[in-house]
Amino acid sequence: MNNTHTGQAGKKLSLKEKYALMTRGLGWDTSYEPMDKVFDQLGLEGIRIHDWDKWEDPFRLTMDAYWKYQAEKERKLYAVLDAFQQNNGHLNISDARYVNTLKLFFTGITPAEYNAHRLFAMLGRQFPGPGAAIACQMQAVDELRHVQTQIHSISQYNKYFNGLHDHSVMNDRLWYLSVPKSFFEDAISSGPFEQIIAISFALEYLLTNLVFMPFMSGAAYNGDMATVTFGFSSQSDEARHMTLGLECIKFVLEQDPGNVEIIQRYLDKWFWRGYKVLGLVSMMLDYMLPRKVMSWKEAWEIYFVQNGGSLFNDLSRYGLRMPRHWEQSVAEAEHLSHQTWNSFYNFSDAAAFHVWLPSDEDMAWLSEKYPNTFDQHYRPRIEHYRRLQAEGKRYYNPSLPMLCQTCQIPLIFTEGDDPTRTSHRETEHEGEKYHFCSDGCQEVFEQQPDKYVSAWLPAHQILQGNCFAPDADPQAAGFQAEAEVMRYFHVNPGQDNMDYEGSQDEANWRLWKGLSPDGASKAPPAA
Amino acid sequence: MNPIQSTVFMALQTNDDTRPIIEALQRDNPAAVVHRLPAMVKIDAPGRLVLRRSTVEEILGTAWDLQAINLNLISLSGNVDETEDEMVLHWNR
Amino acid sequence: MQTNSQAPSSHPLVRDRVDNFHGQQLIYVGWDHHTMICAPIALLVPPGLSFGELVDSLLAHSAFALHPDWPRINWAEVEWFASDQPVTPRRDTALKDQGFGHKTFLRMRTPALRGIAGSGS
Repeated sequence: MNNTHTGQAGKKLSLKEKYALMTRGLGWDTSYEPMDKVFDQLGLEGIRIHDWDKWEDPFRLTMDAYWKYQAEKERKLYAVLDAFQQNNGHLNISDARYVNTLKLFFTGITPAEYNAHRLFAMLGRQFPGPGAAIACQMQAVDELRHVQTQIHSISQYNKYFNGLHDHSVMNDRLWYLSVPKSFFEDAISSGPFEQIIAISFALEYLLTNLVFMPFMSGAAYNGDMATVTFGFSSQSDEARHMTLGLECIKFVLEQDPGNVEIIQRYLDKWFWRGYKVLGLVSMMLDYMLPRKVMSWKEAWEIYFVQNGGSLFNDLSRYGLRMPRHWEQSVAEAEHLSHQTWNSFYNFSDAAAFHVWLPSDEDMAWLSEKYPNTFDQHYRPRIEHYRRLQAEGKRYYNPSLPMLCQTCQIPLIFTEGDDPTRTSHRETEHEGEKYHFCSDGCQEVFEQQPDKYVSAWLPAHQILQGNCFAPDADPQAAGFQAEAEVMRYFHVNPGQDNMDYEGSQDEANWRLWKGLSPDGASKAPPAA
Repeated sequence: MNPIQSTVFMALQTNDDTRPIIEALQRDNPAAVVHRLPAMVKIDAPGRLVLRRSTVEEILGTAWDLQAINLNLISLSGNVDETEDEMVLHWNR
Repeated sequence: MQTNSQAPSSHPLVRDRVDNFHGQQLIYVGWDHHTMICAPIALLVPPGLSFGELVDSLLAHSAFALHPDWPRINWAEVEWFASDQPVTPRRDTALKDQGFGHKTFLRMRTPALRGIAGSGS
């Protein structure tokens, strides 16, 4: 064995020495092609890097240790998944309504993990510093692991519940999933430094705590052993990803003072883009977990205001400030989940999961958590919906919504000084009108109009006739446009969506749990 | 730049592996506050939090590799500095 | 300011130009203080459609008509806004002939009506 690196056989390397040898020690400069041709995307953004050797992973994780710990995580995870399947773990959840959070997660987040895998594989190729390249390579493998473990975990639910049958097609086509999809496609089509700020810093460091911590803790609280396990197994990688994000930002800021302004612009953009995607999480926490862990407002206070505030206190020495409009996100925490949920109640006949009205107990919880807004603005319409449902006249919105050109969310948000008036911003670019839900989204557009004018907005695509299956014939007599759009989405109307009450999911759950139609428990059938 | 007290935190899965880690954190960081949530434990501390291998080993009564924290760590906040002997989370180094 | 990211293409794809709507155009309509209808609606209309027809035939079959305030609207009192500026639409005039081109956002306000139980919803 060759021990020339250490000079003496058998000496155990320190973590720092091992890291230096197994990252920087593996790099080389190209000779037959100039370095700037090999790493040809580095100069496009105006970021200046003078010394890649200054990059250091604080975890000092090397590939050998990486494989060892990842293998151990997988062994633990799959042991739990086996136990979950063998013990019919899906019957131990708090209520079948809970599974609808998984449907949203699986169609919205799991495909995003796959895009993150692609992004980091490309990013690892673009960075000439071996420390950065190896960290990106590890993250590319991590993200692929997340996709696979999520698909595997949720396969048990797919055997018993509707709406989980086609996550990848749904992610490509289903209207509300264009929100997370366009977020990742925006990131992956950026320059390498913007990509890493977008995903590793803004998404992982500032925002994913909101997805994984309250939501996975909520999964545990609702008896979902499989999701807790894959969630925390994924999240154990996220701690490393967050550290990568913070390290990257400090590295770039320390390399050149001219980088600060560019990084601040990226942070402003990606904070706002990420915050908008998190509206889905607010609805999960406040309206979809049968047993609730914390409100969106509380979660935003802990994980963004306190944690993000600490982070930006630390970064202020580089001249960075909190991202633009962060105060607005705090004020909107009073409204976000209520407005988001209402949009899914409006359009639940075009979604791939069930909705339901909050119970009296749920509404008492919402009043307590949102004393400034719920009773005044949101309770009256839920009570109106109740009356309509009792009369058999359930309200579904038969129209298509106006969408924000940037975040692609319908214009469901309201003005800061009037929560009953839709927030709308408009601009004209090269003779075309563009509409936005917020100042933040308008500013993102105006930085790069050429990128966002090509946004694939689902409502417009439907109206252009682009959301039909190849064998559909819109000219045929009796053509059912709405049914054909659902077929294009791979959604089975009535089975995958609309109200939970009266659904096949509900009927099955009652049967399995031995519940009578009025909800009272009865003795399970004799074996 | 804003009036927020800078807190670092470490969130760990609730299991037998993390019990001695949480105990070591409490022992070495008297200002730390432990929050027990469903399936996870979040440990907050003002400004700085240190995890010492020697303290975990003392509680366990056996050798422990600090990098094994990667198996059960859910999330963290703060700048990370890790050696064989300790992992420090801190703001404003 | 233009991008610092990857080199922009010289001819960006404008995906929602009016030519892509097969002879029709988009109009958006919102109703202030009626947030039960979760967002303004997007309608596909022939540019020659009159404003009166927009209200009588399209809005009357949209989500708006499902709001309990819809039958109570006093149309003589309705205030209209285009691009958030006050306008006075002419019922018998085509949309295109009164400046309501492709992707115009029309907002209506019904001063006497404030949504479900006056909540603005």
